Amino acid sequence: MSCSGLVMLLVLWSAAIALAGNTLLPSPWSVAAAIAELAQKGFLVKHVVASLFRVTWGYLMAVVVGVPLGIFLGWRRRAEMALAPLLELLRPISPLAWIPIAILWFGVGDLAAIFIIFLASILPLILTAMNAVGSVTATHWNAGRNFGLSPVDLARKVLAPAILPQLIVGLRLTLGIAWLVVVAAEMIAVNSGLGFLIIDARNAGNRYDLVVAGMVLIGLIGVGLDSAMRRLERLPAASWGYQTPVEAEAA
Amino acid sequence: MKPAAELVPDRAKLSIRGLEMTFRAEGKETRVLHDIDLDVREGELVCILGPSGCGKSTLLNIVGGFLTPTAGSVTIDGEPVSGPDPRRIFVFQERGVFPWLTVEGNIGFGLGRLPEAERAKRIAHYVGLVGLTGFEKAYPQELSGGMKQRVEVARALAVNPDMLYLDEPFGALDSITRLVMRSELLRIWGAERKTILFVTHDIDESVQLADRVIVMSARPATIRRVVTIDLPHPRDLSSRRYLELRDGIFEEIGLAHRI
Repeated sequence: MSCSGLVMLLVLWSAAIALAGNTLLPSPWSVAAAIAELAQKGFLVKHVVASLFRVTWGYLMAVVVGVPLGIFLGWRRRAEMALAPLLELLRPISPLAWIPIAILWFGVGDLAAIFIIFLASILPLILTAMNAVGSVTATHWNAGRNFGLSPVDLARKVLAPAILPQLIVGLRLTLGIAWLVVVAAEMIAVNSGLGFLIIDARNAGNRYDLVVAGMVLIGLIGVGLDSAMRRLERLPAASWGYQTPVEAEAA
Repeated sequence: MKPAAELVPDRAKLSIRGLEMTFRAEGKETRVLHDIDLDVREGELVCILGPSGCGKSTLLNIVGGFLTPTAGSVTIDGEPVSGPDPRRIFVFQERGVFPWLTVEGNIGFGLGRLPEAERAKRIAHYVGLVGLTGFEKAYPQELSGGMKQRVEVARALAVNPDMLYLDEPFGALDSITRLVMRSELLRIWGAERKTILFVTHDIDESVQLADRVIVMSARPATIRRVVTIDLPHPRDLSSRRYLELRDGIFEEIGLAHRI
């Protein structure tokens, strides 16, 4: 992403406001002022921390449960076949559809939002881990077995390194999903966080400068999370998995 | 009459008797191997030659312990084969190299139980033996096909196995690299004297390498003929005897040696 794109966006945005007025969208400057106002009153840190807190817990719990479960399902084909219909059924249901159930179970509050994040994250993580295990080649398994590796060593020295690259991509994409979902969950299930900020700014006084400020903050933090996860992909233990055959040929 | 692939029993390193293999998938039965009898001597280099898809790789996978035959027996040193064994290493068509390990890491893969100093010494020895000095820290994706193949051979040799199983190991290489790899293999075989089973569909390759060539039929594969290659190494590829043996196999397979 280059800065010129951002500059162009700001120029077009300002030009549109100059031509059509600010009834449909606040101007970039009023959004910047809104962010400054949030920061000054301490709301910026409060809402950002609240959203990150929920994403962190919901996502981490999904990682702790989903990744081992997916690896197990990928390893034990029979278990996979038994659970596959359930996973297929759950997959098309938007995590947001669970919001009423989450509120029923956990009440309005952090737990309900964390539960939604957990649900939104766990399915893609299970599927990623399952597919990653499934794509370990028979040749690599056999080579590991040929050298007399115990099942534990086979998991440690063949399975784990083989699935790591795909797993890291899955972790990154799923964190993106979790960040998308937290905003929606906060609009309904809690009264803090960036999602709440957006819906509250509209409901409490049509403060569209604050609405767009919330959107800008969500975008910036999303980019930050993604680039942090991308760093993992550059580790030598993972980067071997991202070379296309063409690159490998050239090298 | 069946070709004589059996030896005096007590001299055999590997002994295959009455081997049958039938695959069942979706109610369909495919008979892949039929009535295979074969003995291999200690230190012998035997090529199993046959057309693609004939079942020769299946045979090697059974001998390697990765597949269980439908009937028949495979014994090595008098013991029945019950699974893969670090004393006998299978070399895959370069795809067996672990892409997440360096050349060093790959070659040392089977040496986990050795003390660090001994391990490093062995790795260095085999890196040198296969001519990869200077590439110890390289990852497989930085290597050519031939170099990856050498990493796999070195990884196999490093655990000091009695036997090597090579499944069309040079099939994916260009013809020049393939020739180089053949003479490398013969050089290493000369130095280490392992018993080698070498599966190939390349007639020239089999006659260049083997002590004996086991010629297989199309599926279900049976042993059609066993050709003893009575030529000392290094072999002169334009000598009359070489051409005679090669052309004999060409005719056996039913190919004219004109194109």
